Amino acid sequence: MSRVAFTTNLQRHVACPPCTVAGATVQESLEAAFALYPKLRGYVLDEHGALRFHMAVFVDGTPIADRRGLSDPVSAASEIYVMQALSGG
Amino acid sequence: MSDQLLVSTRKGLFSAHRTARGVWDLDSVSFLGDNVSLAMQDPRDGAWYAALDHGHFGAKLHRSKDRGATWEEIGVPAYPTPPEGHVEKDFLGREIPWRLMRFWCLTPGLASQPGLLWAGTLPGGLFWSEDSGATWTMVEALWNMPERRKWAGGGADVPGIHSVCVDPRDGNRVVVAVSSGGVWHTQDCGKTWTAHTKGMRADYAPPELVEAPESQDPHRMVQCPAAPDIWWIQHHNGIFRSTDDAMSWTEIKDVKPSVFGFPVVVHPKDPDTAWFVPAIKDERRIPAEGKVVVNRTRDGGRTFETLHRGLPQSWAYDLVYRHALDLDATGERLAFGSTTGSVWVSENAGEDWLTLAEHLPPVHAVLFV
Repeated sequence: MSRVAFTTNLQRHVACPPCTVAGATVQESLEAAFALYPKLRGYVLDEHGALRFHMAVFVDGTPIADRRGLSDPVSAASEIYVMQALSGG
Repeated sequence: MSDQLLVSTRKGLFSAHRTARGVWDLDSVSFLGDNVSLAMQDPRDGAWYAALDHGHFGAKLHRSKDRGATWEEIGVPAYPTPPEGHVEKDFLGREIPWRLMRFWCLTPGLASQPGLLWAGTLPGGLFWSEDSGATWTMVEALWNMPERRKWAGGGADVPGIHSVCVDPRDGNRVVVAVSSGGVWHTQDCGKTWTAHTKGMRADYAPPELVEAPESQDPHRMVQCPAAPDIWWIQHHNGIFRSTDDAMSWTEIKDVKPSVFGFPVVVHPKDPDTAWFVPAIKDERRIPAEGKVVVNRTRDGGRTFETLHRGLPQSWAYDLVYRHALDLDATGERLAFGSTTGSVWVSENAGEDWLTLAEHLPPVHAVLFV
């Protein structure tokens, strides 16, 4: 079971405390999280299931490579962070 | 007579009302800190809609059934999935994403079409909802039209539909205006579309394309409710009027201080009376001589009055966006808001103006409710 945590900036729009989910990929893990927080999906992914342009997902400290298919693997011990892709000051 | 105004800004949806003393005061704010693109009131059930553009988190739509006391998030349109490997580019070679970027207008259907809403979006999308915004369907005939590929960014980096006019005589007849991509008509509720821009010109286009429908950049288009054959457009190149139900357009020239601008509103009962907020075209986009003014015609564009009483007449650089001028149902009360956070209200058709606010966030839209 991996742990998924969301940027606190999302909490203002959708209540989404950290959760523990099952999944072998980022896509499976996020789907499990969206099952808990259905409204969250549209804030993180676009209508085609791709990561929104200004969002970022890190798995154990590494940004995911597949922003479109979210196929990056996760392990049972993984920590997944859903963040804003901040750039600039 | 409307006594309440909604002001959609970069940092929230503000409400103002007319007090017993006859002045206008801000009274509340919804979505403080969030980018509110526009608001709409559905005249059929009184519901308010607010379109948000969260940037990181995408465009969202909220509805209130209690005049802003509480809001619920409802559905948003989804663009179709592009064919595998398809990368669409505009005619200048810039990529057009197939995803919802922003709401640019919300328009209710007729009283005989309860629950029907139209949404114009960036990039270049038109959607409709039959359930008051819970679910949305793209008008694919317009999206799939080859000419749509010739649209280009105007008010934004990508093309967008900012004006949707539903014919009060027949809800199947809809006309949309696109920045930048012309004026498109459907007679069959979106199944087929034709452009009608005869009379318009686009001086910013190459000579061969000056009169092309897709080159036209109408900034805002309105139809007179009581005389629906009469239309007005504030175009990038000037002011245009139609007296044949938007089939052809006549340019109105030599309007001082400028024919450039973004918004236009038409009197609900008198099609010859319309208001504009002029600005220096077009790279500068500031009021002429630092003076904020409103232009009004009462004779179908033959003459214009430049109204300024109560508006700043020096060192003022307020730009007014296309949805940031509104008129109430009586045609007497007007309001407009600017990119520098000022809002003014008139209670006598623009003769005199009261300052409602001077320090709001940049104003995207105003709406009497």
